Amino acid sequence: MAKITIADLEKIREESRRTLVLREGAGRAKITVHMGTCGIAAGARDIMSAVLKEVEERELSDIIVTNSGCAGLCSKEPMITVELVNFPAPVKYIEMTPGKIKQIFDSHIMKEQIVKEYALAIGSEMTH
Amino acid sequence: MAYRTYLMVCAGTGCVANQSMKIKEAFEKELEKRKLQNEVSVVTTGCNGFCGVGPIMVVQPDGIFYQLLKVSDIPLLVEEHLIKGRPVKKFMYIPGEKEPPIPKMRDIDFFKKQMLIALRNRGLIDPEKIEEYIARGGYSALAKALTEMTPDGVLDEIKKSGLRGRGGGGFPTGVKWETMRKVPGDKRYVICNADEGDPGAFMDRSIIESDPHAVIEGMLIGAYAMGSSDGYVYIRNEYPIALERLKKATGQAREFGLLGENIFGTDFKFDIKITRGAGAFVCGESTALMASIEGRPGEPRAKYIHTVEKGLYDSPTCLNNVETWANVPQIILKGAKWFTSIGTGDVTHDPWGGSKGTKVFSLTGKVVNTGLVEVPMGITLKEIIFDIGGGIKDGKRIKTVQTGGPSGGFIPESMLDLPVDYDELTKVGSMMGSGGMIVADEDNCVVDMAKYFLTFTQEESCGKCTPCREGTKRMLDILENITVGKGTEEDLELLEELSNMVVESSLCALGGSAPNPVLTSLKYFRDEYLVHVRDKKCPAHACRQLNVYTIEEEKCATVGHGCDMCKKSCPDYAIMGEPKKAHYIDQMKCHKCGACFDVCNFKAIKIE
Repeated sequence: MAKITIADLEKIREESRRTLVLREGAGRAKITVHMGTCGIAAGARDIMSAVLKEVEERELSDIIVTNSGCAGLCSKEPMITVELVNFPAPVKYIEMTPGKIKQIFDSHIMKEQIVKEYALAIGSEMTH
Repeated sequence: MAYRTYLMVCAGTGCVANQSMKIKEAFEKELEKRKLQNEVSVVTTGCNGFCGVGPIMVVQPDGIFYQLLKVSDIPLLVEEHLIKGRPVKKFMYIPGEKEPPIPKMRDIDFFKKQMLIALRNRGLIDPEKIEEYIARGGYSALAKALTEMTPDGVLDEIKKSGLRGRGGGGFPTGVKWETMRKVPGDKRYVICNADEGDPGAFMDRSIIESDPHAVIEGMLIGAYAMGSSDGYVYIRNEYPIALERLKKATGQAREFGLLGENIFGTDFKFDIKITRGAGAFVCGESTALMASIEGRPGEPRAKYIHTVEKGLYDSPTCLNNVETWANVPQIILKGAKWFTSIGTGDVTHDPWGGSKGTKVFSLTGKVVNTGLVEVPMGITLKEIIFDIGGGIKDGKRIKTVQTGGPSGGFIPESMLDLPVDYDELTKVGSMMGSGGMIVADEDNCVVDMAKYFLTFTQEESCGKCTPCREGTKRMLDILENITVGKGTEEDLELLEELSNMVVESSLCALGGSAPNPVLTSLKYFRDEYLVHVRDKKCPAHACRQLNVYTIEEEKCATVGHGCDMCKKSCPDYAIMGEPKKAHYIDQMKCHKCGACFDVCNFKAIKIE
């Protein structure tokens, strides 16, 4: 690499932003994919891949994607929980498909508007 | 594909020694097997400081802290945490026997009370990647200094910050830099002292291992302020990982044009040479260190003329310790005002007026949580030992804390409310030193500990000046006598007299501070010395030659049924008795090794 300039410092910082947001655990939004046995059986792996694809394609640097166990409502899996930092409570979505994930990104993540037709409830079980 | 999770595996010396690199490989293998390699990334970081429970790993972004990991645990961890999203309790930190495990790193007391400046990147970046340092704001302090500030402006900021030497001396960094800047001469050097030699101390090693670029950036800023273009890092060869990371870091900085000519397109040039030290303690002393770089024997010289005027190759030289350099970029970036908001005293008019910022300590000895901690100045010793360190092991009572390494002093339990501050510690006869902090409980004997520290400094005395070479030797003889029951009360006065002589007449700080453990233990624990010399007893039973071992015959016969273990373990054949009957010790034959005491399962051996 050639000598770097002060502008390059900023560029490197921008490129690494997503990595650092994740490592410091300080994102704007957190998406939890429920991956208990029921979730995985219902296709949660594909949902996880779809979520990560959306994050990648939209070049979102401040979204944390994580997984958790069964939420107790196995018949409605796969499920995800979306939490926005400025929002009062997390939202649970049921019976997810990659297509629905896209819609949730379009609306909930980008515009902060809950997609009511897929939403189960507002609130969350304790995760830890 | 974007990663969703980072596994931050600690690769500090402590964790590497506990096979953390094997843990990393096991994770990579398991992730591949589970087809998670594109979702989960394994990162090796520098030392996290909690070396006592290593190998450790932090799962981000959740901040879940796992400890004492084994290669065989990895498949379960991947399955449970990374696939099913269930953090595994059995690998988490448990604060006490009856308390629940704490999942998150930030909730663990050991980390909660710390404040990170010198170690701000620990555990968050891969120290071998310059991009990750830059991502966390690295080298922007240098950019700011070079483009927005004059050398005088930088100097002024460091002066105002009240930063003082973290290697032990506590000399105001700004004052040192200013003196150096005023001395004429084209060739001028800046040196980073990474010859950390205190037994049990690893502050500087940890900083270099977790964030080598912070040290390099600090040196660059210092060089700019003092008009130097040549730097040296003097690092002990016994720090292989730190040395390797430092070499890599300087290589990367050169590649990026951050070392060399025309840095950031300005006229400023600077480069760093790395010199390895062969492990002589005295080479941590500035003039001995410079002699060693020049290829001469590592011996100090009298400092009638300071090294900032005539140092390395007789040129103006500014030497600062690793931790001092690592603080510099943050001060430039955030300003002196921010730095002075942390700590004690007021440095507005007097650079010696207070202790500002943070200090890294290596907390060892009889505390529950041992490791490396960075705390704000002004925190009390009690907070460090009981809140961060989790108190004393096995519910024992604290006797003393020894700060400042082998040349520091003992501070008794009654003074634990003392704030951590250069001047407060010096006032009670100890010192900040480079940051060693050894906690002793009631089972430790201060005479024995003073002997231990003096043995170290005596061995490491370079021998150039008589007071240190001979004085410490004679002091050690007296201490040795006291611990084997040959001491007298007059010895204590002689010890004090010798100590004061060595302090006053030694050439360098090694001799000047070597008697500190003796002087402070005599001051605060004189009673314990008196028991040794009058009654020929050691209250802590640590000086074994003063112990008398006996067997409680009834207990041995009725509870232990004359199990014969002690007899078998005795190297002197001093224990008599038939199996199933009471045993007894022939005091004439006993050499007081304590082996019988250690093997007896029935607590039938008594020490008087």
